[in-house]
Amino acid sequence: MTTLTSQPVIALDVRGLRKVYDGHGRSVEAVRDLTFAIPRGELVCIVGPSGAGKTTLLRCIAGLLDLTSGEVVLDDSKVAGPPEGMAVVFQEYGRSLFPWMTVRQNVELPLKEKGLSKADRRTKVDVALEAVGLTDSDSAHPWQLSGGMQQRVAIARAVAYEPSVLLMDEPFAAVDAQTRADLEDLVRALWQRLGVTVLFVTHDIDEAVYLGQRVLVLSNRPTVVLEDVHVDLPNKRDQLETRSTARFAELRHHVYELIQLAKKGHRPESPEGEQA
Amino acid sequence: MTARHLLSQLLVALALPVLLVITWWFASASSTSFFWPPLSDIVAAFPKTWNWDRITGDVFPSLGRLALGYAIALVAGTALGSAIGLSRNLRAFLEPTLEFFRAVPPPVLVPVIALFAGYTGSTGKIVTIALGCLWPVLLNAVEGVRGLDEVLVDTARSYRLRRRTRFFQVVLRGSSPQIAAGARQALSIGVILMVISELFGANRGLGASIVQFQRSFAIPEMWTGIILLGLIGFALSVLFRIVEHWTLAWYRGLRQADRGV
Repeated sequence: MTTLTSQPVIALDVRGLRKVYDGHGRSVEAVRDLTFAIPRGELVCIVGPSGAGKTTLLRCIAGLLDLTSGEVVLDDSKVAGPPEGMAVVFQEYGRSLFPWMTVRQNVELPLKEKGLSKADRRTKVDVALEAVGLTDSDSAHPWQLSGGMQQRVAIARAVAYEPSVLLMDEPFAAVDAQTRADLEDLVRALWQRLGVTVLFVTHDIDEAVYLGQRVLVLSNRPTVVLEDVHVDLPNKRDQLETRSTARFAELRHHVYELIQLAKKGHRPESPEGEQA
Repeated sequence: MTARHLLSQLLVALALPVLLVITWWFASASSTSFFWPPLSDIVAAFPKTWNWDRITGDVFPSLGRLALGYAIALVAGTALGSAIGLSRNLRAFLEPTLEFFRAVPPPVLVPVIALFAGYTGSTGKIVTIALGCLWPVLLNAVEGVRGLDEVLVDTARSYRLRRRTRFFQVVLRGSSPQIAAGARQALSIGVILMVISELFGANRGLGASIVQFQRSFAIPEMWTGIILLGLIGFALSVLFRIVEHWTLAWYRGLRQADRGV
């Protein structure tokens, strides 16, 4: 993070990720083969039908779950356990923030672990809270805040950590529609301002197309990448304007069709039909 | 919290005790029974019996033993309980044995402990109190640690919090409400054991004093001892609630917020 010149071009490289759950006498292949690469500074969204193993995928990449085979490479080093340089924003914001700490203490905790000085920490926390618009709430406890604000705290914490890659696991699924729109714009604003690489998992097709530069559409279980859709919408996006353009509608339509195919069991090798 | 509000709360809290005392006073005023003297006699005997000598010689040692035994039980119970809660193997290994020992009431163990530590002196008493107070704390610590929110644990792992931080900042603080519930139970048990451990053999202590009064038929004095014991138990419980109020303020807030939503 400090030496920009020596940072690899590909921030996150997932090669042949495979995850099989073994237990109770049966083995379930959740993820068969996921291969994709995310260059530094990109915002990539992942969508898939329900049960496609999106959360499994994210947990494997985050190092919280062991892979059966394949590898995840972050900044040219293999991931085995939660790597340095990665921050995760979970869907359940209420359960991911520590209720006995204030907002400031929550955002500061990972920085303490990193061994930063007090002054350094203070600056980074101030910057992060200002970036998400919560400067006034820094001495409140998470449970005193609304859902949207709590998720902002989680985002601030991830951003203050200055990760190489920011993973977001359906972060706005449990938030109301208006707040979701604000938070989506917040993610894009932060992404553009800080230049952080983002991998955003969602079930919301509109959100994926609105946010991403690329959308990876997954098949159903056992999961593979159905298609890597390039989103050629302009860089400056607006909830009202962008979503009413023709191009947005086309892309949305295309992704929607892919999801429908995925639900029927479509695979990239075969043109149509079920596969065992 | 206005002064008026506080005053009315205080009045409500004191109403029943005052009523009971008044009832006792008048109901026993004309009593000629040896074992149930008038309350006025008991109150008169208070300052005579509990002079400074006796307080420092009996009450302080008892309270000191209670404090030490309780503290040992808190630390050991939390440490062991956390270790067991965090390790599935350890839990499977230890659970049946723990259940067996839990079922044995500590008062029954007093003679057994006295075999090793003697009836007089503090060691046996402190061991008895510690052992009795251990179980609620330990078992609650196990449950508290097991019930820790998995998203919280995942968050701690994903940010690569060190083991030490994870244990003190996440595991302990997260299970502190449950452990506090165990500590509250342990306090009641501790007060009981403080008295019971002093009943056998020759001792100095609050419980020992009460029994000695009883054996020497100093009945009003015995009653003063019982009342003092009750007051001390009440004071300890209030103290506990104050400490809990401060340290678990976040938990109260969290529960209120959950209920509100």
